[in-house]
Amino acid sequence: MRYIHNRLSRVFTASAAIAVMSAGASAQTIAITGGRVYPVSSSPIENGTVLIRDGKIVAVGANVTIPADARRIDAAGKWVTPGLINSSTRLGLIEVGAVADTRDATALGHDNVAAAFTAWEGLNTRSVLIGPARREGVTNVVVLPGGNQLVSGQASMLTLIEGMPTDMVLRTPVAMLAQVQSPGGAGVGARGELLVRLRELIEDTRAFMKNRAAYERAETRDYSASRLDLQAMIPVVDGRLPLLVSADKSTDIDAALRIGRENNIRIIIGGGAEAWMIADKLAAAKVPVLAGAMNNIPGSFTQLGSTQENVGLLRRAGVQVVVIGNSGADDEGFNVRNIKQEAGNAVAYGMSWDDALRAVTLTPAEVFGVADRIGSIQAGHDANVVVWSGDPFEFTTVPEHVLVRGREYTEPDRQELLTERYKTLPPGQALPIRK
Amino acid sequence: MKSHFLTLAALAAISACAPARTTQQPAPVAAKDSAPPGMGGVSAPNADPFPSTYARRSSAPLVIRNVNIMTAAGPTIRNGMLSVTDGKIVAVGPTVTIPTGANVIDGAGKYVTPGIIDTHSHLGVYAAPGGQAQSDGNEATNPVTANVWAEHSVWPQDPQFPRNLASGVTTLQVLPGSANLIGGRSAVLKVVPSRTVQGMKFPGARYGLKMACGENPKRVYAQRGPSTRMGNVAGYRAAWIQAEAYRRRWDKWNKDHKGDPPTRDLGQETLAEVLRGNILVHNHCYRADEMAQMIDIANEFGYRIRAFHHSVEAYKIGDILAKENIGASLWADWGQFKMEALDGIKANIALVDRAGAKVAVHSDDPSGSQRLNQEAAKAMAAGIAAGIPITEDQAIKWLTINPAWQLGLDDKIGSIEPGKNADLILWSGDPFSVYSRPEKVWIDGSMYFDRLDPRQQWRTDFELGFVPLPGTSK
Repeated sequence: MRYIHNRLSRVFTASAAIAVMSAGASAQTIAITGGRVYPVSSSPIENGTVLIRDGKIVAVGANVTIPADARRIDAAGKWVTPGLINSSTRLGLIEVGAVADTRDATALGHDNVAAAFTAWEGLNTRSVLIGPARREGVTNVVVLPGGNQLVSGQASMLTLIEGMPTDMVLRTPVAMLAQVQSPGGAGVGARGELLVRLRELIEDTRAFMKNRAAYERAETRDYSASRLDLQAMIPVVDGRLPLLVSADKSTDIDAALRIGRENNIRIIIGGGAEAWMIADKLAAAKVPVLAGAMNNIPGSFTQLGSTQENVGLLRRAGVQVVVIGNSGADDEGFNVRNIKQEAGNAVAYGMSWDDALRAVTLTPAEVFGVADRIGSIQAGHDANVVVWSGDPFEFTTVPEHVLVRGREYTEPDRQELLTERYKTLPPGQALPIRK
Repeated sequence: MKSHFLTLAALAAISACAPARTTQQPAPVAAKDSAPPGMGGVSAPNADPFPSTYARRSSAPLVIRNVNIMTAAGPTIRNGMLSVTDGKIVAVGPTVTIPTGANVIDGAGKYVTPGIIDTHSHLGVYAAPGGQAQSDGNEATNPVTANVWAEHSVWPQDPQFPRNLASGVTTLQVLPGSANLIGGRSAVLKVVPSRTVQGMKFPGARYGLKMACGENPKRVYAQRGPSTRMGNVAGYRAAWIQAEAYRRRWDKWNKDHKGDPPTRDLGQETLAEVLRGNILVHNHCYRADEMAQMIDIANEFGYRIRAFHHSVEAYKIGDILAKENIGASLWADWGQFKMEALDGIKANIALVDRAGAKVAVHSDDPSGSQRLNQEAAKAMAAGIAAGIPITEDQAIKWLTINPAWQLGLDDKIGSIEPGKNADLILWSGDPFSVYSRPEKVWIDGSMYFDRLDPRQQWRTDFELGFVPLPGTSK
């Protein structure tokens, strides 16, 4: 497996002496002045300045010396935050849901396992949905493989810049996607059997690691997964790569914790509708949860305890919470941008505002191992910064400047082009004539 | 929606839509859009076989004072008052007379709006928890099923109902799904606990007819047809040709009562009622060019389209919709999930509003239906970003009076004016803020939800034991 572990940050240590620019970065020096700055990693700064050079943040604070040649962005009366991170998307993997040709999210796999699947390699980096997400302050996304297999493939953290997939990928894999709630999806008949299969996969991965040479000589017993899938699972069983387990029901979440504990595997819970029911256990196990804040429907027997208070209750119990969009309004594509609405709803249902901002910036960066690059406004980090006209979670607030690696994106996206075209209807169109 | 209908050909042995015979029909006269609300089925043998049994709960007079009132009929009244007696709004203004024995609520810092009306819901027909047993919204066995009525699929114990009520939705139009060219009758429901669907039915509401354009029918019926858009159009026209003949036969018999009455046909009966103007057409249609064709079809057969639904391209023909007096039920920000939804833009609602058509924010989604205020806020913000200065006083109409008009109920609900039903929401703050939530909800002047009082929070039969009580794991 090609493990692009922080490929770029090996080149860029967090020092100010950067010789080469990272992909998509702007060479300009920019000073965002006078705003209320939320670094997230530290306390808010009233009337703060964020200084950006060569796509990196070089300074942040109340007393920052601004070079004469810097382009100034006046943020007086504005709010300045890190770019938002949506950690549950298929941006660039599915362009038009109903058009098979544009769907590259889901692998066939072998025997309901697709651990080797590098979804990011099929990224459509020219997706017309990237612009609208970025326009509304989303600078980074995790792209997840689709499907509902036992193991569905590798998740990647992207930066929303232009270029090829290798340019957009900040780090991959950041997690291996699995599930413990749908026996049918895993090709088995019952939950218990699903867990047996998952354990078998983990054991076989260990055996494969130990007996590589024998395996190549075809002198090992049969394994339950293909060579490439076993290879892809190695960092998971090593404890280097988290297993992102889709689970809503409290007992399924508990099963995922058990698998993690038995095997010393790092677990992240995805979905987590009933996570609040075992919040203390999750906190004790230091297992983060990715969950939405706009779900309260017992839409299936795995989600009977679904409540909008979920993320707030988890946070209060000390669980690391990443707020994602999963209310069903195409939060993984067209409405990746609505992550700020999720955060606002989290606040409406009991999460503190600061925690909600953290849950869509620094916490996902930490959970996916990229907090040295994104998720906060700190010197040496990528200049993914948004200047908002007000509270970023309010609908009337406008993201006035969105910078990704120091470059401000202002090109109109497809939806803006359509809006512009039809703002004035063309004259001379024949209207239907009522007889 | 799944589209594996390999057995369709077998299922379709009984067809409600015989092949069209091209007969010479006299040009029909366009139906007037002035039919009185309510069941005007003068010629349907039994126009109301499942009558509403909803009865207003008696309640003390209500006064809310010191509150911001978004009336949907004029500018917001700051720190105003309103009073309710016998389920009706009696007075609204800076100050009102407090009736004897009134329950007086102080709304300092809070807002009152009319109850929210969702024109496009599948609650009860696609009930939670989902699954085959609860999928009752699409009779996908024939492209024309004008004979089915959504109310016969509604499960009053759907736990989605109380969640909708708690979000301020007081009136819903439950529609059949969009698998079919003509999907059947809708039901207009009050969001109230009831052992029967009849107990939820809005008294006097006219029925709607669900029609669907474009991709869905041709995908579902690809094996047996229609499999193309032109096949879709041929299917609508064939159905209306038959319905027109049926209507004439029955209208004639109703006039002279000569001989045996014609044989009843449930599907034709529904379509004939549309032609007479007694049932309102709600047409699922995404693309501008297709909407223009549906308007021509309506003109050909002399019926009116009351509203287009979903219509992500409504902004391309806002002028046509306004001129034809056709409403639009739209999403704030959905699009691109299929080819016909490709051109969805967030300014759609604002652009159609500016063109002068009656636009509503709809959901088609049990989650979105609980946050229609937030959807409207997004649409308002998108309008402003596009240079269309939408005010909150305009945006509130998208949730209230405009959907009320689309359902033909704007004389009863949709605004805070004397004489209207007291369907009211008391919001914790500005309803267009992400942080605001309904605190109390009244229907016909009776409180049905109180966020501060667990005894005023409806729990369906299903939820007992299965779903933990709010705030507990019991």
